[in-house]
Amino acid sequence: MTAEIIVVTSGKGGVGKTTTSASLATGLAMAGKKTAVIDFDVGLRNLDLIMGCERRVVYDFVNVVHGEATLKQSLIKDKRYDNLYVLAASQTRDKDALTQEGVEKVLDGLSGEGFDYVVCDSPAGIEKGAHLAMYFADHAVVVVNPEVSSVRDSDRILGLLASKTRRAEKGEGPVIQHLLLTRYNPARVAIGEMLSVKDVEEILGIEVVGVIPESENVLTASNNGIPVIVDVNSQAGQAYSDTVARILGEERPLRFVDVPKKGFLQRVFGG
Amino acid sequence: MGILDFLKRKPEATASVARERLRIIVAQERSTRGAPDYLPMMRNELLEVIKKYVQVDIDAISINVERDSGQEILELSVTLPEGKPAAKGETRDEAKDKTRTG
Repeated sequence: MTAEIIVVTSGKGGVGKTTTSASLATGLAMAGKKTAVIDFDVGLRNLDLIMGCERRVVYDFVNVVHGEATLKQSLIKDKRYDNLYVLAASQTRDKDALTQEGVEKVLDGLSGEGFDYVVCDSPAGIEKGAHLAMYFADHAVVVVNPEVSSVRDSDRILGLLASKTRRAEKGEGPVIQHLLLTRYNPARVAIGEMLSVKDVEEILGIEVVGVIPESENVLTASNNGIPVIVDVNSQAGQAYSDTVARILGEERPLRFVDVPKKGFLQRVFGG
Repeated sequence: MGILDFLKRKPEATASVARERLRIIVAQERSTRGAPDYLPMMRNELLEVIKKYVQVDIDAISINVERDSGQEILELSVTLPEGKPAAKGETRDEAKDKTRTG
């Protein structure tokens, strides 16, 4: 049994890749899947902070690739979920620290350890790190904000997924693409200030797998080092839960994409 | 909120502007995706040659690569300026020269 590889990518930086990787991996673990999440951003380690395990990093991804540590030594077990593990990025500045063969070895090793899913948190850009993060993927979650530069970069990434991956090169069928719209603000969409779900879907020619509303809870969660999906009372957390369920094949309607209608009393008294 | 606020112009609905700009740029970038890297350079060199005879803008030259049934078609289209006589006295409005190579 080989692990399913999911890359979380976007092209543009700052759109929510690491937030999404952390919540996706945690959500898969919550669904009972043995999951590892790998930070591919060599030189700029961040996933460990979002997952809340930054003080437990001893060995990292590059150490495993170079044979300086075993996979077991390097995987950091999550505090909350027994079947969730983090592999941190190295803080080395050497861009060539990762190689295709090295990444393949680690992914094969994780399959051998009985992992069901491996989530690859891609760095921004389309350079080597981003290429390696997507190369072995079976699924891709393309994170996009309702904003012009992010949408354009996503289209570029969708093109790369269709041509520069192992599946594309070996003709093993396409990487399954999932578009995830984050930082969505229904109130601004309603007054025509922000691209809508439909706009983004039409421009990119692909349906969304989820819409994560812009939410204060995302910052709170990252402050605390707890993936926002764990905050089951937050809209962002619930939207991530829906997204994970859809990636696992469940059908769920989109939530939090419309402006909540004001009740009679709210309209009279404001609020 | 003051009464005069009703007279102020509403903030512009800029999402529609974003949508149109994205539609155009995404379509343009998709059309050249996977095309050979030399195309932009070739376009510039062609422009230099054409400029020796006719004053045209870079936007007047469009290059498309199409693939069908195993062969690639390079389509080159040059829009000549309207009303101005072309070089060597020949006058053509909005003439389009299409060159096809296999």
